[in-house]
Amino acid sequence: MPVDLLAILPELLLLLVAVLVLVLDPFWKDADRRVNLGWLTAGGLTVALVLSLLLGRPGGSALALGGMVRFDWLGFAFKLFFIFGAAITALFMMDVEMLSRRAEAYLLLVAATIGMCFMASASNLVMIYLAIETTSIPLYVLAGFLLNNDKSTEAGFKYLLFGATTSAILLYGLSLVYGLAGTTSLDQLAPAFTSVNAVSLGVLALLFVGLGFKVSLVPFHFWAPDTYEGAPTPVAGFLSTASKAAGFAILLRLLLIAFPQVALQWQWILAVLAVLTMTLGNLVALAQKNIKRLVAYSSIAHAGYAMIGLVAYSNLGVTSVVFYLIAYILTNLAAFGIIAAVGRVTASDEIDSYRGLSRRSPYLALAMLVAFLSLTGMPPFGGFIAKVLVFAAAVQSGWTWLAIVGILNSIIGLYYYLTVIKVVYLYRMDGEDEAQHPIAVSRPYVLALAVLIIGIILVGTIFGPWFGFSQMAAANLF
Amino acid sequence: MQFPILSIITFTPLAAAVLMLLFKPERKAEVRVTALAVAVFDLLLSAWLYLQVYIHAATGYQFIEEYQWLPTLGISLKFGVDGMSAPLVLLTGIVMLTGVLISWGIDDRPREFFAFLFILAGGVFGVFVSLDLFMLFFFYEIAVFPMYLLISIWGWVKTREYAAMKLTIYLFIGSVVALIGALAMYFTNGQATGVYTFDMLVLEKAAFPPLFQYIWFLPVFMGFAVLGGIFPFHNWSPDGHVAAPTAVSMFHAGVLMKLGAFAALRVGIMLLPEGAKDWQWLIFGLAMVNVVYGAFIAMIQTDLKYVIGFSSVSHMGLVMLGFATLTPQGMTGAGVQMFSHGVMTALFFAAVGMVYDRAHTREIAKLGGMVKPLPWVAIAFIIGGLVSMGMPGFSGFIAEFPIFLGAWQYQWLAAIIASISIIITAAYILLVIRRAFFGEVPAEFEGHIGPISPLDKVALVTLCSLMVIIGLFPVVIVPMISLGVQNVLRLLGGA
Repeated sequence: MPVDLLAILPELLLLLVAVLVLVLDPFWKDADRRVNLGWLTAGGLTVALVLSLLLGRPGGSALALGGMVRFDWLGFAFKLFFIFGAAITALFMMDVEMLSRRAEAYLLLVAATIGMCFMASASNLVMIYLAIETTSIPLYVLAGFLLNNDKSTEAGFKYLLFGATTSAILLYGLSLVYGLAGTTSLDQLAPAFTSVNAVSLGVLALLFVGLGFKVSLVPFHFWAPDTYEGAPTPVAGFLSTASKAAGFAILLRLLLIAFPQVALQWQWILAVLAVLTMTLGNLVALAQKNIKRLVAYSSIAHAGYAMIGLVAYSNLGVTSVVFYLIAYILTNLAAFGIIAAVGRVTASDEIDSYRGLSRRSPYLALAMLVAFLSLTGMPPFGGFIAKVLVFAAAVQSGWTWLAIVGILNSIIGLYYYLTVIKVVYLYRMDGEDEAQHPIAVSRPYVLALAVLIIGIILVGTIFGPWFGFSQMAAANLF
Repeated sequence: MQFPILSIITFTPLAAAVLMLLFKPERKAEVRVTALAVAVFDLLLSAWLYLQVYIHAATGYQFIEEYQWLPTLGISLKFGVDGMSAPLVLLTGIVMLTGVLISWGIDDRPREFFAFLFILAGGVFGVFVSLDLFMLFFFYEIAVFPMYLLISIWGWVKTREYAAMKLTIYLFIGSVVALIGALAMYFTNGQATGVYTFDMLVLEKAAFPPLFQYIWFLPVFMGFAVLGGIFPFHNWSPDGHVAAPTAVSMFHAGVLMKLGAFAALRVGIMLLPEGAKDWQWLIFGLAMVNVVYGAFIAMIQTDLKYVIGFSSVSHMGLVMLGFATLTPQGMTGAGVQMFSHGVMTALFFAAVGMVYDRAHTREIAKLGGMVKPLPWVAIAFIIGGLVSMGMPGFSGFIAEFPIFLGAWQYQWLAAIIASISIIITAAYILLVIRRAFFGEVPAEFEGHIGPISPLDKVALVTLCSLMVIIGLFPVVIVPMISLGVQNVLRLLGGA
């Protein structure tokens, strides 16, 4: 296959899935849609994942499509994450009444994934902006998908307003970059930014507003808790994992390819932002009574931890970011999946409604234990290795103080994650016999959660292959 | 390739935990039987291991196994035991089995209880046998987090939430502080030699610069020593002991605290020997405070379990004191003390648990005359008490005598001060024995105190006989420990 085709093979396959969803939908009876649409999307995405992995592996690093995209392991690795995340999300969507019968919901999910895939490989300023918009617009709609639910509408609207504003600022930043460098090709930007000065500072600041919104860095995080709380839970899971990872993909490529000469400047900006993000995310999470808001703030904090690896600006640092994202995607998707599964039965997202969960559904409780301990950073789960790698990268590059801030934050995290675990395992339902209130988990959930939990444990124990994979992705940037 | 005994000992409990979680929740009997079978299996293996190490009588590590895990970063799954760790592996096996026997009656979600207990045990085994710094941390954390669940779910209702959280946060902070130190060692050694590895056998030879050792010794040593209950970071420990269910208290005081002391020795003193010499005075001083202060606080407690909890702080202080002398005598004593105290304190907590299960109180003032309804428990408690006091003929003497010998060599005045604890220990132990086990049985308990089960008896007899055997025949453990000590001292440059 020609490289132009190979470079966008995952995107083409995704497009095929999207078309299939649209074309087949009218032929199904309303009763069948619920099952068929979800399995079709999830199955199609899985096939796309496998096919890309088999046929679309990049050899080295090559430009394709007239320099619009770069075909390398970094982009490829992230594409796999997105497709995986979308497949799991499709499974989770099958049990949400309002989403599961609507082909549009699945179509939007796949469309957003296509946008993310382009984000991961974009090698041109124009392409970067287009990809971000292609990702964002379907996500705005998905977040506000529950029309008769005020919170969901609010979530979608808030996301849209913040997204539109920050993307305008980002666009302004990109146009300044073009003005200074005279080119939109990412690879030729570096010579224009050779010295640390006010101009580079200004440009970086504008870019960080736009991308900081995507990865929910403090102070561009305000949308996240409200949007996660209001959006349909599977969509919130997708937003907090794949969408965030896509933001990281662009940050990595942009900063390391276009701004290596002014590294010290963006390292310091990001270090400060990382400290703010971790600290604020964790401190505010302490006070949450709603599990979705708690996980929302915790995922803000996690963006801060991952950022430490980027600040370290080394081979190990970038590797650790990619590794962190692998572990984080698995873990946070699992957390949101469990929240969706429980919320479907209890119709509540308050932490109090998790009382007695370990008696109502031992396996769901166990899955929650694994997910939350992985978020805490306990072995033998993925989160532990990810955190150690990020901190190690910081120590190696002389950012020991940042690693220490990260560690202090993990301790705050430990407290609120354990508080939730305590509610699940220790507290009991008020005056009810838990055995009378089991929580049924449907088949798509069982499948998705099993995959995620096994994944979390595999990443945390047999971490060699995953590390090698992350390293391959990082190698393209040095 | 030789039989991979160390990996089997370590991974069997972990595999068993996963297996048990797959059982149906109703099938409680199967869970218990599985737990017992696995515990027996692991005890037999660790006893065989002990015997082999004892017979070979070689300095240095034995039964080394190495599997590449992440070669790019120099992480490997490297296991091995020396004279210091082999007894601790055996101790873990013993406490694991007795803990299962004593927890037989747990009826609230036994599946989860035994699974978490075994994850804990697997982590403990892993730390004792790891020769790779990264893996040591990995197992260390695995050993810490099940404690939270075990204490908060099955613990004493009044304080469990508070105690479990306090314990977890203390230990987590300690371990991450030590982790930063370990990363610093890893990178410093890597930059100096070009070989990035977590292999402790390599790091032992690294000879870090004196300033580096001076800076990093304290974070690393103290980070681990938190789990060993060192003053002023001992505060989590009595609360944790008291709140935990019996088997977990046994594990906690019997094995986990040794884990902290052992890791402090293995990573702190062995990898940063010059730092250890620089800070010897501080560690020695803190340990001395531990010994005396712990004993004093134990004396004024009114709750039976708090007495034992603080006595553990005091006795673990002796272990630290032994380490801090950096002399062969002191360290040998500390090694024996780790084993002896592990058995003794497991016995104490088992006995206290049995009393509490029947009397539903641990207030010493409310108890009395327990020797009549519970003769086995009383005898076991008295034997434990004699060991605790350091009576000749019991393992405590074999341990404490060399420690004080070593302490005298380092600083005779401090040794005298520390030895005050012996008298105080005798005082509070005898006081507790008299008040709780002798005298009149209070009227409310008359006829309400049922006998203990045969399984409980097996557990008590096993623990008691071990202490007597060591006391009468120190040769079964002392030569082995001194080999382990030689392994440590070779790094301290003939000290």
